[in-house]
Amino acid sequence: MLKRRSARAASSRRNVIASAQGDQGIDRRSFLRNSGLAGLSLGAIGSVGAGRLAQAQPTVAPGITRHKTICPFCSVGCSIWGEVENGVWVGQEPVFESPINQGTHCAKGAAAREVAIGERRLKYPMKKEGGEWVRISWEQAISEIGEGFGRIRETYGPESVFWLGSAKFSNEMSYLFRKFAAFWGTNNVDHQARICHSTTVAGVANTYGYGAMTNTFNDIRNAKSIIIIGGNPAEAHPVSMLHVLNGKENGAKMVVVDPRFTRTAAHADEYVRIRPGTDVGFLWGLARIILENGWEDREYLDQRVWGFDKIRSEIDHWTTDEVERVTGIPPEQMERIARTLAENRPGTLIWCMGLTQSTIGNNKTRAASILQLILGNIGKTGGGANIFRGHDNVQGATDLGVACDSLPAYYGLSEDAWKHWARVWDVPYDYLRGRFSSKDLMEKEGIPVSRWMDAVLEDEQNVDQPHNFKGLVFWGHASNSQTRGIERKQALEAAEMVVIVDPHPTQTAIENERTDGLYLLPSGTTMECAGSVTNSSRSLQWREKVVDPIFEAKSDYEILYLMAREFGFAEEMFKHTAISSNQPAPEDVLREINRGTWTIGYTGQSPERLKAHMNNQASFDSITLLGKGGDVEGQYYCLPWPSWGDPQLRHPGTPLLYDTSKPVAQGGLPFRARWGVEHDGETLLAEDSFTKGSAIRDGYPEISMGVLEAMGWAGELTAKERLIITAIAADRYRHDMLSLSETEASAAIRAIEKAAEEEQQDDNVISESWGGGDAGALAADDEPVTERFPEFTDNALEAISAYLSNQPEPGEGESLSLAERIRRVNWKTDLSGGLQRVAIAHGLAPYGNGKARCAVWTFPDEVPRHREPLFTARRDLLPDYETYEDRRLWRLPVLYKSIQQVDYAKDFPLTMTSGRLVEFEGGGDETRSNKWLAEFQQQMFVELNPADAGRANVGSGEFCWVHTPNGKIRVKALVTRRVGEGTVFLPFHFAGVWMGQDLSGRYPQGTVPYVTGESVNTIQTYGYDAVTQMQETKATLCRITADGEIGGENGAA
Amino acid sequence: MARLKFLCDADRCIECNACATVCKNEHEVPWGMVRRRVVTINDGETDERSVAVSCMHCTDAPCVAVCPTSTLYQTDLGIVLHDKDNCIGCGYCFYACPFGAPQFPEATLMGSRGKMDKCTYCAGGPEENGSEAEFKKYGRNRIAEGKLPICAEVCSTRALLAGDGDVVGEIYRERVIHRGYGSGAWGWKTAYYPDEKS
Repeated sequence: MLKRRSARAASSRRNVIASAQGDQGIDRRSFLRNSGLAGLSLGAIGSVGAGRLAQAQPTVAPGITRHKTICPFCSVGCSIWGEVENGVWVGQEPVFESPINQGTHCAKGAAAREVAIGERRLKYPMKKEGGEWVRISWEQAISEIGEGFGRIRETYGPESVFWLGSAKFSNEMSYLFRKFAAFWGTNNVDHQARICHSTTVAGVANTYGYGAMTNTFNDIRNAKSIIIIGGNPAEAHPVSMLHVLNGKENGAKMVVVDPRFTRTAAHADEYVRIRPGTDVGFLWGLARIILENGWEDREYLDQRVWGFDKIRSEIDHWTTDEVERVTGIPPEQMERIARTLAENRPGTLIWCMGLTQSTIGNNKTRAASILQLILGNIGKTGGGANIFRGHDNVQGATDLGVACDSLPAYYGLSEDAWKHWARVWDVPYDYLRGRFSSKDLMEKEGIPVSRWMDAVLEDEQNVDQPHNFKGLVFWGHASNSQTRGIERKQALEAAEMVVIVDPHPTQTAIENERTDGLYLLPSGTTMECAGSVTNSSRSLQWREKVVDPIFEAKSDYEILYLMAREFGFAEEMFKHTAISSNQPAPEDVLREINRGTWTIGYTGQSPERLKAHMNNQASFDSITLLGKGGDVEGQYYCLPWPSWGDPQLRHPGTPLLYDTSKPVAQGGLPFRARWGVEHDGETLLAEDSFTKGSAIRDGYPEISMGVLEAMGWAGELTAKERLIITAIAADRYRHDMLSLSETEASAAIRAIEKAAEEEQQDDNVISESWGGGDAGALAADDEPVTERFPEFTDNALEAISAYLSNQPEPGEGESLSLAERIRRVNWKTDLSGGLQRVAIAHGLAPYGNGKARCAVWTFPDEVPRHREPLFTARRDLLPDYETYEDRRLWRLPVLYKSIQQVDYAKDFPLTMTSGRLVEFEGGGDETRSNKWLAEFQQQMFVELNPADAGRANVGSGEFCWVHTPNGKIRVKALVTRRVGEGTVFLPFHFAGVWMGQDLSGRYPQGTVPYVTGESVNTIQTYGYDAVTQMQETKATLCRITADGEIGGENGAA
Repeated sequence: MARLKFLCDADRCIECNACATVCKNEHEVPWGMVRRRVVTINDGETDERSVAVSCMHCTDAPCVAVCPTSTLYQTDLGIVLHDKDNCIGCGYCFYACPFGAPQFPEATLMGSRGKMDKCTYCAGGPEENGSEAEFKKYGRNRIAEGKLPICAEVCSTRALLAGDGDVVGEIYRERVIHRGYGSGAWGWKTAYYPDEKS
């Protein structure tokens, strides 16, 4: 009786399943497996890939189209199927065939669809007029912004507009945005990476060669030990935990180091409570125990690491007693962790903001990188420095130069770099030069995002550029992700014009009290445009457009194009990009990226190759990411950079950086010879270590035409490659040379040589040099080189000699012959890709074969060392671990000692740290406006230890005030032992409440996020890394008071 | 005949809330109602554990037994469904359920609860499969489309499993043997007959 409906209801279901089986020809078991269970059953026995091949493709209803996009949130890079009906995104399905997420999501990815159908979006362009929001047309908005910025440019110069871009941009948009700033005439362009992993990029690039995650998420399954420092992937990168927990279940020992017992720590074998900001002491403490016991990888250090002796004394300083005094970690725990890491190799080290967001962030990232060298864990499967980046495309936006200190692909800002990009962009160098106020400013790093408020507010004579910032553009970046709220507010109000381009109004629009000169432009989300996006492990996934931008929103591409047109440089800027209905084609932009980004190998990832990978996701092994058939056989999933050479070379991508067990042509690499060949009389080149199949069985310098000649391989270049190299050397490169035939190219070389000879009265060694025969004769005398590089093989010495002979810069008034200039064309500047192609054919890495280094002689601290945070409660440690002297960096004064010497600890006795929640991301405007996510996290809070809560007389669930020297915010107390006594934690995604005052009324109508709250960054304090200007958010001071004690004063209810 | 079941592996659940969120997104469950939630016990303590909880589609479902209007019924695949048209909002099912699964959208002064709502195992309700009426009352019917419950399909760490109890049980058994720890299949013994072969 109770089951009376069963027959009716169940029969239909039975039919459904039976028919599904019939259609697909699979049994129930595989059906169930394929619908989400394959990963488990097979994962348990270690061969996940096989099960997915027979995946059931559920039928799609008629009238519905499917589009594969990439999740817009973190950098894991999960694929999503969007189902679209009549232009509306109606459904979202898991992509089981994605080798990265294998169908899985976290809360954010699971609610991604809502982002692109959200009712709380900014719906049309608006501006503030007399204190009121007014709806305006796109035409009016673009023309008024054009006029306003035009006036600023004319009055104050191009440096007075700050172009703040976004880690949410696709690679193509990132690249265009950087190019746009160049055409505007400033280096004042930056994005979230500055305040996210800039210290990782600087620290790791200066240790290993490239500033990126070395291995892949999937490779963590191979680790024998996993140590996570200052990272909480269970909330920040939940899908990475699919691989981390699998690694753990395969037997890896998992250690989590954090001031807070995180959701991730709850799954660890060992949790280490560390005092915020003291990671260098912890890392060196481990290193000391490892060295004392002889557990270091001696051979690895000898062959592949430079400067180890330089750090010995610093490591020796960190006895277990000293580690305990500074970090609070007991000696026996230190011994146990060191033993765990030593006995369980290869091991992976994962870090996130806990290391990076610090005044000594670059020291921490370098110490972590060096620990992995000591253990010999870099370049090994299951090892690596697995740095989880934050936003979905923060890696790509960094790589493509949305940064104030570099052009795309880390070329820097030197004249050579500008000339390289002028060639790629097909515009004269002098044109670009003319866009800037001066050559000096053109080659000087700009002002970073962490400091834009100082660039507005600082006395003009203290800013190393003609004028302060007068115009501010926030394009996909909310201001509540930057510290020091009060200064932020003042700066927003002091600027002449503020433009916000975003799917949401963001905190930037409401935290100021401007009455005019504030514009909001609605942009589409990442899922409303196509383009490539680079995940944390360097794979470039192609994201399809799911739907057109909703409401009146326009894609980022279109808005940028409209602005470029308004400013009058669209034609030059989009010279080689097809434009249809004001939309630049992302495929064309990617092809242009491919033509210029030789340094990091974004050159092989053509749109066609990336799309083929996305269409064949099921063909990739779910652990190694190697393609196992069809078009993608032998290639790694989405061609993790570097994918050397041009797309025709079909380089498979590099899944694990610095892995010498494979040939370069198959994704192997040594460490990069980035800093020359010797320092302090010691070789910086690898010794007896080289990639499989290397023609030089030793270290060698980076590849240049001179090196190729010395090796006798120059003759292997095609005529077109030779033409392009010659033309670059002769300063006669033309874009159309890329499409010449071999015969045409041969003729063109002769023409160039002739013209150059006539012009320069050059010597006539040019044509001979192509044979590669006698180039060695040009090198410095061989004697010293053999002495300086003892025991190096003969061909390595030839390469080194050739490299050295082309090194010295010509003196004043001295000019180089064309032949000499040709020899100096290198793997980074050769637009033909010929040098890379020939080097790889001989098994060489284009960037040379160097050693990783333990000391960076250009950094404020050559050897990574601990320095107390500017706001520290441990005054007793200051004599030993004092911060830097105040200094001038990045066009601005930067304070260190003058802050640290003030004793704030008396009034602010608790250490304050901040972090993420799983439901929200970044400034949170997008995720807090997503009703599915907002419901699960409705309240901003502070985590307080019961002891501290008791002292402050605050009960769990009650409101309290958190005070810092920068202000106070009113939040709910969550009393928990998750944080230790003396430490408080606040999440950072909230906004819309300002020091007790509700700002909801300031949003344009209908755009208030579902959840608002105090932003922790309103009260976060001063403090910037001395190398990158990363902001300090993890270790400052605060005081907690109960709500009533101060409520009246603030008028808060 | 297969029996469809849920299993949550508390050794893998990281409380990422994907299951709870995706359920709301998929079925457009209104604010304030949750068909699945993640419960964390000993929050912030060293023995913290999280589990995803929803209707477990019990073998001998107590909600079905106590329902005075036969609103609740079980299909022969073991899925416990409900017929909103019959529900009088009495709340007996809520008292009977060991997992707190039944949800009531309205609470008025007179104690009226509104019509009960709960997890359907993504199998809709008595209305025609895939119809608009079915979607409005129960959400999408993924089972009819040849798919499994969306919560298990997207679970970030594959902690939440769904499917034929025999297969789920075997997968979990292999997993526990492989890793050598953690055999607390949460809720399994409460929801399903302990002596049932699985």
